Amino acid sequence: MKAFTNQNARTLDEAVALAQQALRDGRSVSFVGGGTDLLQLMKDKVVNRPGSGDPDVLVNLKTVEGLDEVTSSGQVVTIGGLTTLEALVEHPVIRDRLTVLAEAAESVATPQIRHTGTLAGNVVQRPWCWYYRNGFPCYKAGGNRCFSIAGENQLHAIFGGGPSYIVHPSDLAPALVALDATFRVVGPEGERTLSGPDFFVLPSQDAEHENVLADDEVLASVALPAPGDGVRSAYHKIMDREAWTHALVSAAVVLDMDGDVCREARIVLGGVAPVPWRVPGAEALLAGQRVTPELAREVGAAAVAGARPLSKNAYKIPLTRGVVERTVLALATSA
Amino acid sequence: MEGKPEDDGGDLTRRGFLGGTGAALVVAGVPTLGGVGVEEEGVSTQLLEAVPQTAIRVTVNGTEHRVEVEDRWTLNEFLRDHIGLTGSKIGCNRGECGACTVLLDGEPVYSCSTLAVWADGREIVTVEGLERGGDVSPLQQAFMDHNAAQCGFCTPGQLMTATALLDRIPQPTTGEVREAMVGNLCRCSNYNAIVEAVLAAAATSGSGGAQ
Repeated sequence: MKAFTNQNARTLDEAVALAQQALRDGRSVSFVGGGTDLLQLMKDKVVNRPGSGDPDVLVNLKTVEGLDEVTSSGQVVTIGGLTTLEALVEHPVIRDRLTVLAEAAESVATPQIRHTGTLAGNVVQRPWCWYYRNGFPCYKAGGNRCFSIAGENQLHAIFGGGPSYIVHPSDLAPALVALDATFRVVGPEGERTLSGPDFFVLPSQDAEHENVLADDEVLASVALPAPGDGVRSAYHKIMDREAWTHALVSAAVVLDMDGDVCREARIVLGGVAPVPWRVPGAEALLAGQRVTPELAREVGAAAVAGARPLSKNAYKIPLTRGVVERTVLALATSA
Repeated sequence: MEGKPEDDGGDLTRRGFLGGTGAALVVAGVPTLGGVGVEEEGVSTQLLEAVPQTAIRVTVNGTEHRVEVEDRWTLNEFLRDHIGLTGSKIGCNRGECGACTVLLDGEPVYSCSTLAVWADGREIVTVEGLERGGDVSPLQQAFMDHNAAQCGFCTPGQLMTATALLDRIPQPTTGEVREAMVGNLCRCSNYNAIVEAVLAAAATSGSGGAQ
């Protein structure tokens, strides 16, 4: 790797100040949590932040006190951005009450990466489109085209694409949106709290980025409303092998059940769109209903309404339909 | 393998040769460290910036090291190239294959995908740290008994991941072993023997034997 400077931040304010100082000095900068993906991008010389090149300065967030804590206070569970994926898997409150998040974390990569990688890093990792990762000058690298449209688009978006057709790479992101998470962002102007739809951005809004973070802003934590007693949730990830890859399609499903009647449902898809893709039409079918196999099938069909496949990824439509149907039915009938 | 006499050219070992080459490269690299301006007639003056370095303190296999590391060194570069622990291997150098796996504060991590400077104050165990008083660990013995190494390149990483597993779950099921080992690829595809060896080590000792 090229020479760069590592700067250990003690507080979030210091982290932001270090990043600002670097930018003022004309140096490119990146915040780093676990670093498993960032170091790979740097070794591969993939354009991480369009226009800024390889980072000259890494602002290390692992040294910020308390950024890896999970706190549960009354109606809110707050999870620090530096919480490792393994810690999410192991945490009793997350396992028991926010199961979809624990299952999503457990589905990521390998034990080695889960011990290193963090919640914030997983959520803001760059796309894994093979064109982007192999140095093509696409929208994500600051260029002006998407090579998947006329190319190898097996793994690309069936919803929300254009002008870039990447899929959002995070497993945690659909789970967090399904749990109605808010995202706390800290930057030079202080902090702001964003809902999922406000945090993630479609390529039609900003083709270069997957979220609203500026170069000097950090995803500090997420806050989740504590689920009520009838709430159960699950994450189901379909891969082209059993482990150690991204989702072809995934479904994060949260059901608020009253006996065998569903009060409210939230269904968010991964692997099919440039952002975590919520399907309100499918959710609405479940509200106030007893969940039968027939209804689950209808919910699956509603989840793919409006899908627009590219030349080689239409297989994702039946796959999505099936994973939604099965996950909803299994969750509703698990007592 | 170490310590062959220099004049014994006929018996030159690969590791000895590479070690010698490395030393020569380090010497050649020295001028860049101090920040040297290069001035030549007709050539623009270019100031080569010093490579950022940081002093860290790490414990590796029970031994404390206080060293200056370049900020850009991966933990694996530090272990292999600078303190001579060549047990952990570089297969892919991109966090995919697991040959570089070491234990960081007892947990398995890819040493190619974390920086040495981030290991400041922490404890590392490499495959060289598994033996106790000259004896291999029960897990290492089981790897030998079950032919779990074919070409052997992935073996150090496999051993570290399995050691961490057996520390956490002394009597794992076959499924738990397979799940724990997904981040360690074996290009000889010797997976069945590796799983067998881990289960055998669990049966004989109930522990992988680290620390």
